[in-house]
Amino acid sequence: MVKALGKTKFEPLMHISKRSDIEKWKSWLIRIGAGVLGLFVCAIVSAIFTKSFGGFFSSLFVGVFGSERRIWKLIKDIAILLCLALAVTPAFKMKFWNIGAEGQTIIGCLMSVICVHYLGGSLPNAALLVIMFLAAVAGGALWAVIPALFKAKWNTNETLFTLMMNYVGMQLVSFAINSWDTTGHAMYGNLTTGLFPSVGGNQYAINIIIAVVMTIAVFIYLRFSKHGYELTVVGESVNTAKYIGINVKKVIIRTMLVSGALCGIVGLMIVSGDAKTITPSVVSGRGFTAILVSWLAHFSPIGMVLTSFIVVFITQGAGQVSTDFDLGSGAFADMIAGVFLFFIIACEFFINYKVKFNMSHGIFKPLKKAQERRAAKKAAKEIVADNLGDALAADVVEDKISDEEEKG
Amino acid sequence: MFISFLHSAIRFSTIFLFGSTGETITEKSGHLNLGIPGIMCIGAIGGCIGERLYLSSLADMTQMSGFMAVFVPIIFSMLFAGCMGLLYSFMTVTLRCNQNVTGLTITTFGVGLTTFLGNTLNKEGFSQAAVYFRQGFNSSSDWFSQLFLTHGTLVYLAIIVAIITAVVLKKTRTGLNLRAIGENPATADAAGINVTAYKYCATILGAAIAGLGGLFYIMDYVGGSWEYNIDALGWLAVALVIFSVWKPNWGILGAILFGALYIAPYHIPSNNAQKELIKMLPYLVTIIVLIVTSIINKRETQPPAALGTSYFREER
Repeated sequence: MVKALGKTKFEPLMHISKRSDIEKWKSWLIRIGAGVLGLFVCAIVSAIFTKSFGGFFSSLFVGVFGSERRIWKLIKDIAILLCLALAVTPAFKMKFWNIGAEGQTIIGCLMSVICVHYLGGSLPNAALLVIMFLAAVAGGALWAVIPALFKAKWNTNETLFTLMMNYVGMQLVSFAINSWDTTGHAMYGNLTTGLFPSVGGNQYAINIIIAVVMTIAVFIYLRFSKHGYELTVVGESVNTAKYIGINVKKVIIRTMLVSGALCGIVGLMIVSGDAKTITPSVVSGRGFTAILVSWLAHFSPIGMVLTSFIVVFITQGAGQVSTDFDLGSGAFADMIAGVFLFFIIACEFFINYKVKFNMSHGIFKPLKKAQERRAAKKAAKEIVADNLGDALAADVVEDKISDEEEKG
Repeated sequence: MFISFLHSAIRFSTIFLFGSTGETITEKSGHLNLGIPGIMCIGAIGGCIGERLYLSSLADMTQMSGFMAVFVPIIFSMLFAGCMGLLYSFMTVTLRCNQNVTGLTITTFGVGLTTFLGNTLNKEGFSQAAVYFRQGFNSSSDWFSQLFLTHGTLVYLAIIVAIITAVVLKKTRTGLNLRAIGENPATADAAGINVTAYKYCATILGAAIAGLGGLFYIMDYVGGSWEYNIDALGWLAVALVIFSVWKPNWGILGAILFGALYIAPYHIPSNNAQKELIKMLPYLVTIIVLIVTSIINKRETQPPAALGTSYFREER
């Protein structure tokens, strides 16, 4: 097109076009490449502070796989992050930008703790856990359905609404902690009842079981159920959904109820199976990280097992690096995780788009010249070879080209 | 009593105002930058690094000049925050990554980097430098000068920047082009506006302005010591954009209201638990504004139509 317009001053360096499809192995190759590149950049960044390039890798792997305890910590963290990612997925698949998983989860935590606070001790643990489960599910679903109702009725911007709901939730937790705690330390002590029992000596077993069940359930829900089909259609095109008779408002509200309920369950998992207490920051940003995990896996529940592993791996490993080199608290790990994630996010571009460089651009002139020279050399060699034989040919061509270059 | 409360509210509003003005410019180009809290942190640490470099270049603290002690950190703060804006726009404009995901990662990275560097940075001499940040025009005791003339440089800078932004967005060709891109980039592109250049400039400029909010918090508000809750304030700045319905001039009043709500728990006699409930108010107020504007559904108060979507010319 540029040529058709005649001589233009501006020649685009590259042309970007959307890929219609890409082979599975190619897209995985791009992702793995980005991951490796990301790790190397992380190593360079950390080498600035630790003065040790190789130390980053050894600490990283030792920190994650070094001992049985660390492997269990890895699995436990994956379980929670995976469940959160699964929880946000139905809404995202519907293109409902719910960034309120943090708030929905903390309300789940709060509801569980409220049950323990007022009922703990007067009920057997199993009954208490059932009540906690119901309360957490109800709390999470309520926190999610409020923005959904307004979205369905008045098209209120859900991204900003759910974002604000996070902080309302956190303040509610602060309020609850402060009103229960009379000592003025604003701390809630460790729970003694309402905890998940350990199975086979493993205290995280229940969390892991819930994660496995939830992965399968969400996979089936999205892939095989009518609900899953409907929310996918709404996500692809609201107009199509309306045309084929889907009640869009109903789907929005129902999907957010499911999403919020799952977040509520994660809240229970955090309280009963992991933290064993509650603070306003007990979810610690994992509600936001879960969005990333879900998005990176292209909303596929099975893919999320891998992406949540990657995210937990880099965070936990970088945490070990900062401990080994005495770099302070978790801040260093957050920074390294951020650098790594930039690469993983950016590589999606190369999966979705094809980049073709424009070879007539000025930047490629030296490259082109070299190519032409090679071609000329090859042609000349063939001519000379016909007359003189192979052995001599190379030397003759070499001399001739250097002569020509000297002349100008 | 009331004067001192209002004075604190105006002073505290600066951090929200910088953040929301920067985010408004970004959002007008159709990009919802959820990295603003992280970028404000980066602005804070960037300014502190600038201050450190300036102070280290002096033979001793008595040579410190008031102008340079304020000017150098401001430039560094904008530079560092602008770099994060560049990263964000490279990823969302050129690489067309999901804006929410990119923004949240920038926040994670920014908070991590700032906390990490903030622990190791040598803050010697910062409290002397903070004096220059806090210096007002006039300190006479009548209520007017008490309320409006005793603030530091950055407070006035925030208000000036907000007013300039409002005028540019509303009255100039540049502002019209920017708004057109945020509403419908394909149409703007067809009209011959360089969409990519506008998006880059808006995001980088927006980030640079937001970064000053973080600098204000560290150097002026807490007076050169180090505190970590800039990101929580950054989310309120994002909320303020909605509250001010994407108008930086309204944002000035909104910021003062947010400032008042934020410091209210420390001025209203209440116990700890009640304080936490009062702290919820800015968020609740924002939700109410969000709902009301969506119910009224007036064209002027809606978010930019293309907010949150990446633009690819060949996509139909």
